[in-house]
Amino acid sequence: MTVIKTRINRRSFLKVSSAGSAGLMISFSWLASCTPGTKTLEIPEEWYDLNAYIKIGNNGVVTLFSPNPEIGQNVKTSMPMIIAEELDVDWKQVIVEQATLNTDKFDRQLAGGSQSIRHGWDGLRMAGATARRMLMEAAAKRWQVSVDGLTAEKGIITNPAIGDQLGYGDVALDASNLEVPEEVELKEIKDFQLIGKRVKNVDAKKIVTGQPLFGIDYAGDEATKVAMIVHPPAFGMKLKSMNDDEVKAMPGIHEVVRINTSLEEPQWSDTNAFNELVAVVGTTTWEVMKAKQALQLEWEADGSLENTTDHEFAMKDSMEQMEGHVAREDGDVSKAFAEADEIVERTYTAPFLAHNTMEPMNFYANVSADKAELVGPIQTPENLRESASKLLGIPEANITVDMTRMGGGFGRRLYGHFGLEAAAISQAIQGPVKLVYTREDDMTQGTYRPAYRVTYRAGLDKEKNLVAFEAKGTGIPGSPLFANRFPAGTVDYYKVTNYWVNTNISTGAWRAPRSNFTAGAEQAFLDEVAEAAGKDPIDFRLELFDRAIKNPVGEKNDYDPERYAGVLRAVREQANWGENKPGVYRGVAAYYCHNSYVAQVMDVVKDGDNLPKIQKIWCAVDCGIVVNLEGAINQVEGGMIDGIGHALYSQMTFENGTPQQNNFDGYRLIRNQEAQMDIDVHFVKNDKHPTGLGEPSLPPVIGALANALYQATGRRFYEQPFALEYEKVQMG
Amino acid sequence: MATFTLTVNKKKHTVDVDPDTPILWVLRDHLKLVGTKFGCGKALCGACTIHANGSAIRSCTLPVSAASSLELTTIEGLSEKGDHPVQKAWLEHDVPQCGYCQAGQIMSAASLLASNPSPSDEDIATAMNGNICRCGTYTRINAAIKTAAKNS
Repeated sequence: MTVIKTRINRRSFLKVSSAGSAGLMISFSWLASCTPGTKTLEIPEEWYDLNAYIKIGNNGVVTLFSPNPEIGQNVKTSMPMIIAEELDVDWKQVIVEQATLNTDKFDRQLAGGSQSIRHGWDGLRMAGATARRMLMEAAAKRWQVSVDGLTAEKGIITNPAIGDQLGYGDVALDASNLEVPEEVELKEIKDFQLIGKRVKNVDAKKIVTGQPLFGIDYAGDEATKVAMIVHPPAFGMKLKSMNDDEVKAMPGIHEVVRINTSLEEPQWSDTNAFNELVAVVGTTTWEVMKAKQALQLEWEADGSLENTTDHEFAMKDSMEQMEGHVAREDGDVSKAFAEADEIVERTYTAPFLAHNTMEPMNFYANVSADKAELVGPIQTPENLRESASKLLGIPEANITVDMTRMGGGFGRRLYGHFGLEAAAISQAIQGPVKLVYTREDDMTQGTYRPAYRVTYRAGLDKEKNLVAFEAKGTGIPGSPLFANRFPAGTVDYYKVTNYWVNTNISTGAWRAPRSNFTAGAEQAFLDEVAEAAGKDPIDFRLELFDRAIKNPVGEKNDYDPERYAGVLRAVREQANWGENKPGVYRGVAAYYCHNSYVAQVMDVVKDGDNLPKIQKIWCAVDCGIVVNLEGAINQVEGGMIDGIGHALYSQMTFENGTPQQNNFDGYRLIRNQEAQMDIDVHFVKNDKHPTGLGEPSLPPVIGALANALYQATGRRFYEQPFALEYEKVQMG
Repeated sequence: MATFTLTVNKKKHTVDVDPDTPILWVLRDHLKLVGTKFGCGKALCGACTIHANGSAIRSCTLPVSAASSLELTTIEGLSEKGDHPVQKAWLEHDVPQCGYCQAGQIMSAASLLASNPSPSDEDIATAMNGNICRCGTYTRINAAIKTAAKNS
């Protein structure tokens, strides 16, 4: 057993007062349903709070609160699994509920950076172990024996000496009145019963039967009005004038209001293109949608009106004409290139991308003079509360934020302006409101993945060894490069320079920020370098890792070369690399980001003159301990299909500041026909601290794809979206 | 505004709405059946898929005025206990990630299997191509449809 102090997160283990407990539930009984996933459990007459994460019913049913927002990364299943493991409760007796925002009780209630599991691990284990200990102490008191001789398993405490048993429900009341122990014992990893198993999504039954779960499903009470916003049609424009006479007379229309969500000191999560908006408020969604169309609005330029063609030139110019910021330089790189026997230089580009969560932005707000209730899909509830407090002039203590399940996040709901907009509208109309974006509002509002351009150079000596490596990166607005990631540390002469292009198009984090482009470009480039060196692409990479293991260059290398090489070796074996199947073409890639290591081999087959078809992907992952194997595999599969889809098909372009795609006719996302492939996911087994999976499988798959397409077509792919590049080539 | 009588999940409902109101919003706003999802408003993504006389349609572009004679079925009415073979297969394969598109996916899949009890990969791809899954659960969707076909 590992004995650890309960200092970390201790505030969440301290006894929850009954008043506080009630407060957790009142505002959100809608989501705090007592119907567990696929199970039918008898709901207890009494619940006893053991700590902020756990309440136990008098009949032994256990409710576990999942602290972090659920965006489809499956933490609502995996985080409670960690508690349940240490609590030693039968998963069949567990009900999971989404916790409300409570910064007194929980740390980092945020969905982003694939960090929920990594950050939550210790605290969740302690929550379970502490409660288990308290239940055992309560049983020991009841039996008047020492706690040391007792055992607890699957919600039953046993006194082996006399064979007596007590259920957790029998002692929950007593346990809830005990002091929290100063230290607790955690299980040995080898003794895990639940962690590592395939556990189904706790919300699955509700999802497949269409029960209310998502933000858009939450409509408050009968008094709640529906609101929609109108934002300027182009980045760089603002409202000049509005005539709403006709609209105000339309059926079901309550009010047309102008709102301003500008803050004096905005946080990063307030990133937003348009603070001044028009909001139409009415009784039903369709009435508001129609009224929105009938508004007479005049817009005027308020800044530059940008074009995609200009962006492309600006990125090229920035690298050629601007000074740039050298983020890392090992050795005299210019000299090394001057002395190199062969130089490979290639440039890669990618467009802006929209997030396009399937559930459009929406939020519920009920703001009164001195308090506010906010409910909806938000990755950053704590930030939203802080900004709402500033905007509304209401103290944070009087603002509640409840997190619904989210119909996708991908980084889009890190930026909570839609929550502020709902709050501003509610404040303006002095009543509860449900704000809903149309798909067009959502897709043309921004916070896009930036457009990127990188140029890589590699210098080889006479023996075809990689001796110099240089990367220059730019983007709108910034460079996607990570100076200390691989291949830093593997080459004596190494340099990274970053450039910048300004824009008024709002950009932000999009699933695996920067890595989502850099990995594909770098891994495609290394494939070319390996080819120039006459080496097998896996052997070539393994040699570089070997260098980083034995004699690394520099000290700030941001990866573990052993684990990196580990996934590459694993996928080599998994895919039977080296075996040549006629008509099948293979590409490989490996990448490390968000603390997890991923390697992939992709097989493609020719499809006439069309772009080759993906037949199979093998994927090896090292994310330390796997918490929920089912969810983990699902994340890895989905991340790869997401990466492939965006690299092949998706882009957001602009003319005079106006997005040229505003719905799924113009903006192409991968569809079922294009995703008919086999996927084989393998996890490297180890006892390392678990890391996240929401992002890491996406970035490298773009490299594996580019490399497989090259093998099949003889053509390297440099410009995303690849399908468009291929089309251009085919048409001459 | 006008009065329309609709049959949804075998029950009759009377609503007083604008004749061009899409069925999607009648379901969500008036009948409080929120399982059918709003995704695009233009029949491009399939999140709003329901059945009209047993066939999959996009409820976001079907006006209420054209729906009076149709037997409409939503995800809430696909089965009484959530045990339609497609729903069971979805649970078995743990298909959903965010879950938002899945009601539409399930309605499309159920409609496919009703007309084609043992679809090929190509049949599945064709029938399901109108339903976008932004999380990329397509491989699980397709595996679940195969399982549902076997168990129907």
